[in-house]
Amino acid sequence: MARKSKKIYKTESGAVVHGVMAEFATPADFYHAAENVRDAGYTRWDSFSPFPVHGIDEAMGLPTPRLPLVAAVIGFTGAGLGYWMQQWMTAVDYPLVVQGKSYDAWEPRVPITFELGILFTAFAVLIGMFAFNKLPRHHHPLMKKERFLRVSDDRFIICVEAVDPRFDPSGTRRMLESLGGTNIEIVEE
Amino acid sequence: MAGLTPEPETPRVLDPITGDGTLIDDPAVRPPLVLGNHSFHDITEIVCGYAENKPGRWWLPAFGVASSIAGMGGLFILYLVITGIGTWGLNNQVDWAWDITNFVFWIGIGHAGTLISAILCLLKQKWRTSINRAAEAMTIFAVICAATFPGIHVGRQWMAWMLFPIPNSNQIWPNFRSPLLWDVFAVSTYGTVSALFWYMGMIPDFATLRDRACLALKRNPDGPTLLPFIPLRVAKLRGLVYGFLAMGWRFSSRHWQTYERAYLILAGISTPLVLSVHSIVSFDFATSVIPGWHATIFPPYFVAGAIFGGFAMVLLLMIPSRELFPNMKDLITLRHLENMAKITLVTGMMVGFAYSMEFFIAWYGGNVYELDAFINRATGPYWWAYWTMISCNVLSPQVYWFKRMRTNPLVIFIVSAFITVGMWFERFVIIVTSLHRAFLPAEWGMFFPTPIDICIFVGSCGVFLTLFLLFLRFLPVFAMSELKAVLPQASPHYHPPAPPVDGTQAAHAQKRGHGE
Repeated sequence: MARKSKKIYKTESGAVVHGVMAEFATPADFYHAAENVRDAGYTRWDSFSPFPVHGIDEAMGLPTPRLPLVAAVIGFTGAGLGYWMQQWMTAVDYPLVVQGKSYDAWEPRVPITFELGILFTAFAVLIGMFAFNKLPRHHHPLMKKERFLRVSDDRFIICVEAVDPRFDPSGTRRMLESLGGTNIEIVEE
Repeated sequence: MAGLTPEPETPRVLDPITGDGTLIDDPAVRPPLVLGNHSFHDITEIVCGYAENKPGRWWLPAFGVASSIAGMGGLFILYLVITGIGTWGLNNQVDWAWDITNFVFWIGIGHAGTLISAILCLLKQKWRTSINRAAEAMTIFAVICAATFPGIHVGRQWMAWMLFPIPNSNQIWPNFRSPLLWDVFAVSTYGTVSALFWYMGMIPDFATLRDRACLALKRNPDGPTLLPFIPLRVAKLRGLVYGFLAMGWRFSSRHWQTYERAYLILAGISTPLVLSVHSIVSFDFATSVIPGWHATIFPPYFVAGAIFGGFAMVLLLMIPSRELFPNMKDLITLRHLENMAKITLVTGMMVGFAYSMEFFIAWYGGNVYELDAFINRATGPYWWAYWTMISCNVLSPQVYWFKRMRTNPLVIFIVSAFITVGMWFERFVIIVTSLHRAFLPAEWGMFFPTPIDICIFVGSCGVFLTLFLLFLRFLPVFAMSELKAVLPQASPHYHPPAPPVDGTQAAHAQKRGHGE
């Protein structure tokens, strides 16, 4: 039933509306509000807290992240490259008899194969974390709000974006109010 | 400013049984991880306060001394590069000495950081959140010190790049069957992964520091400048630097979900990594045929020793820090110290077991050279090094069997200092006493350190301390987002305890509050 919403909301001064944000006092209120926003059928919204509130991903109905799969694929690629590098260097490009052992023996290659697998996974995890989160990002409309900057300290904020098909400036605002949200503000793009 | 305002109360009265209130033996009661009923905001103020305000008067002199020592070490390394390895005391008989001792010593110290950040994370030991940031920092600084020594030991240091498989005009590749090359990969992977792990943990805390700088700038656009004649505001600079490092982090729950998953994977891969690194370091010795080195017990023995020495170093750094920084005792409680002391005792016993098992196998294995090497260790010309090692590493941690000892910061500090000395001697004993009596009497010799040996080692301690002092001054010393998450009120199912009616009910409510 996802209908495309092309409607653009504007404030009286003519600025494009990014969304409506509301503040919640405690992690418990924040958590229950997130459950209710999810159940109200919103999809383009987000919540912000100074630490990951336990279980918030389920309360928001977020899908399982795909990062582990990406990390595993890149990690095994790294290990494979590590093995292939050693094979090529010691058995193909520069075959050298060491201790009379076979050029192709796999045993001495285990440590470096393992280390390179770990190294690739670590980079995949960090870069993948940024990529999935669409970071680094220079600016965000929310960051114009002084109140929002306090999330990094001790505030809990939910913001429903104007691009959400169910977004309605007054209705969304009323819903956030009814869930216990305070200091409700319009966020301009 | 709360981070650096002196604690208002008179010195906290310590209870004879529960200490500062965290040493509760009853397993049904969950002792608080953070003392002083701090709110989320208090945590931000305390931790950001360390990075935002001028530190105490002790910091600048300490930094001056440490960085001078580091500079001296740098000059001696320069002298070594110009003159040659002959300025060290090693010789044709004992061709590995203080350089490799220092390398193994420093790389071992790093292991406690990864153990705390990765293994304790997987085991869901929440007390790690107060110490993981500092321990990870220590890991990276120790790896930097460690990596210096093999680099300057290669003789022609300008050729050190040949350690890595880089295409070169000789058209040769390194020997991939050598544990020394495995070591290059293990140590560089370890340093890189530890740095990534450390950085990723700091992203949310950098964002907090950035937002505070922005708010400070909005509140007071004419704040103090960096230097009197440069119109660059301190808050602006802080916002730019921390803002760059925070990469636009905005505390979104969607981001937190991926972030937590990423953190868990990093912890998962760091666990086998940390075990592999010191195992591979031990292969440097174990794969050779020198009596005293050629032992299959080396990998687990080295890993236990690394964790043992690393925890001693964490304690050596954290105990003075918690005295010097206001409010830090609320975050690093006596229970944290006790837990670390217990880990020290366990790993110390493992190390003691390994020492005795080495002797047993030397006799039981029926190899006369092996047996002779071990008898020589205990009674030969380096007997004093061996017995220093035994008394520092095996005997000194035994005081931790007594609860009064393992909860007394002064005792822990002294024992940790002994352990650090003992672990340095352990590596010295393994390396030098094994080499100075090899198979042929013609290979027999003695090693005496030169002043250059000593100065470069002392210099590496200066580098380590300088970096750690800079860390205490400019970076978030505690993982704020993790600390906030372990406060009782962080749970979405937390309900504030009912107002107390009398003493017993208040205590009961306190207990409930700290549970889930």
